[in-house]
Amino acid sequence: MSEPLISLTEVTRRFGTGAAAFQALRGVDLRIDEGDFVAIMGPSGSGKSSLMNILGCLDTPSGGSYRFRGLAVESLSRDQRALLRRHALGFVFQGFNLLARTSAQENVELPLLYRGEPATQRREHARAALASVGLDGWGHHSPAELSGGQQQRVAIARALVTGPSLLLADEPTGNLDTERSREIMNLLTDLNRDKGITVVMVTHEADMAEYAHRVVRLVDGRIASDVRQAERQDGGGRA
Amino acid sequence: MIWNALLLALREIRRNLMRSFLTILGIVIGVSAVITMVTLGNGATRAVSDQISSLGSNLLIIRPGQHLGPGRDSAGSAAFKVADADALRNQVNGLAAVVPVSSKSVTLVAMSRNWSAGVTGTSRDWFSAGKWQIASGRVFNEAEERAGAAVCVIGETVRRELFGGLDPVGRKIRVKQFSCEVIGLLTSKGQSSMGNDQDDLVAMPLRTVQRRLTGSVDVATLMVSVRDDASMDLAKEQITWLMRERRHIGPGDNDDFSVMDTRQIAETLSSTTKVMTGLLGAVAAVSLLVGGIGIMNIMLVSVTERTREIGIRLAIGALEREVLLQFLIEAVALASLGGVVGIILATMASISGAALMHVPYLFNPVINLLSFGFSAAIGVIFGYVPARRAARLDPIEALRHE
Ligand SMILES: Nc1ncnc2c1ncn2[C@@H]1O[C@H](COP(=O)(O)OP(=O)(O)OP(=O)(O)O)[C@@H](O)[C@H]1O
Ligand SMILES: [Mg+2]
Repeated sequence: MSEPLISLTEVTRRFGTGAAAFQALRGVDLRIDEGDFVAIMGPSGSGKSSLMNILGCLDTPSGGSYRFRGLAVESLSRDQRALLRRHALGFVFQGFNLLARTSAQENVELPLLYRGEPATQRREHARAALASVGLDGWGHHSPAELSGGQQQRVAIARALVTGPSLLLADEPTGNLDTERSREIMNLLTDLNRDKGITVVMVTHEADMAEYAHRVVRLVDGRIASDVRQAERQDGGGRA
Repeated sequence: MIWNALLLALREIRRNLMRSFLTILGIVIGVSAVITMVTLGNGATRAVSDQISSLGSNLLIIRPGQHLGPGRDSAGSAAFKVADADALRNQVNGLAAVVPVSSKSVTLVAMSRNWSAGVTGTSRDWFSAGKWQIASGRVFNEAEERAGAAVCVIGETVRRELFGGLDPVGRKIRVKQFSCEVIGLLTSKGQSSMGNDQDDLVAMPLRTVQRRLTGSVDVATLMVSVRDDASMDLAKEQITWLMRERRHIGPGDNDDFSVMDTRQIAETLSSTTKVMTGLLGAVAAVSLLVGGIGIMNIMLVSVTERTREIGIRLAIGALEREVLLQFLIEAVALASLGGVVGIILATMASISGAALMHVPYLFNPVINLLSFGFSAAIGVIFGYVPARRAARLDPIEALRHE
């Protein structure tokens, strides 16, 4: 593939102004091709979430450029970025961020609602998405009635119900035990392999990062290492 | 999208049922107050004109002074005398009857019971001009009128209060210092539109009232009924001309008396009720405004409470205007709900109020639609600020919000 799905050039992100200013990202160069499965690792506060927010078009870089399929995201308006999120991106948040007091089914239907799908089709698609994350028949439960792992799977179903080309997951296993974490990772692996969805995931745990094809390590807002798993097994790596 | 937003709004309203109810209370009260005021006001206006026109279109009322109704100024204008009535009767063509009227409120005593009522001193033509029917007995005759005899004709209410179920004809009523024989009983007319009891009256010959009650030869009002084949306008003109002459009013001076037909009287009274209706309506409109501020307040709270939800929606790809629309529709749905509840309440209040006030219930579609539209507009106006605040939220900040 000649054009990468994601192309970051010298991306910086600064929070605040003057003496209180904080540089969360200090010049990130990153290219991710369609179909890749990338894990982003790094110590707390290293800028992982900041980077994910930019990749997910929720936030814009303070400097540098972000191209999504060749499209300069920083030049898009707020609503244009919203449309990009709606049609091309799926986001699984750190913390599930489901609508409380709203059934799993309705949570998953939400993105389809904004895409203007008719009700019957919406219901069908949401049910299929829930089934694909192994929650067949759980649709009528509200988040409060679901376990952490189930809630995270609802969040994943919501992210992939629109058939995005890029799935971003910020610590999808952060609140889960090892067993549930493995289930989620297997799910992401399947989505990546079977549906060709590009996955970018933040994780603290090396075990989980092993599922990815590629591990990017952030330290102090810079990429410290960027390793292909196959290469790593050979003992090599890129700084 | 709008349909979905509406469903969403209704669900949100149902979710916070108690709060929603309290929120719309202001609008409910405002709308129901406005509609009830206007509906009852219209009913009262209609009742007044109905009642007055029921007196017949050929009746003229002549009073000293220029105005009728509240704030009339008869002060300074000389009262009429019986001679004025005679002059009208003799010199104006086409009149069926000229009836002088003077009245006074007194306490009546009979069979050791007390009752306060207005005594009307008049001539026997008064009964036909006012469309009264005799239930039993008779009205006073010419001899009794001339002599100022102590006789009276009473209304149904006076009979009930003084004599209970008995036939009053032939019995005596004590009025002040004199005793007066009941010679007739009037058929009940029931309550008037303004809520006063028309049957609460005693009629006596004018001279009796002048001598024994008012102690003066003044006549308060002259009622004139014009013959059906004669022109009202002509009669009015002649009456005015004659009265000006009798009261020595110079060519350039204004009348110090008024000649009104029943239509004019109805209009004068109606315009007073209309002003009252307008004022009360304005007061009620203020409560609508207060209701709108209540909605804005609760919507602002709601936006803050649901910041995280808004963040999720934005992150998923909701456009600014979609979030705006969602909250705007919620505000409008709340306000319209208040409008509908207000209309229902107003309908019930108007129907029972109309029954209590003895005025007709007139459903007014314009004021109902207007109030509904107004409450929906309040939703838009006062929902806009909170909705825009929601739409402008930064998705990341909103998601971080606890
Ligand atoms: N909106 C903001 N305003 C100010 N500072 C911020 C903001 N968002 C992030 N930061 C700062 O930027 C730095 C990077 O934050 P970020 O959330 O990207 O870290 P992270 O790598 O995701 O950490 P964690 O592993 O704990 O989630 C942190 O020091 C944080 O305090
Ligand atoms: Mg983070």
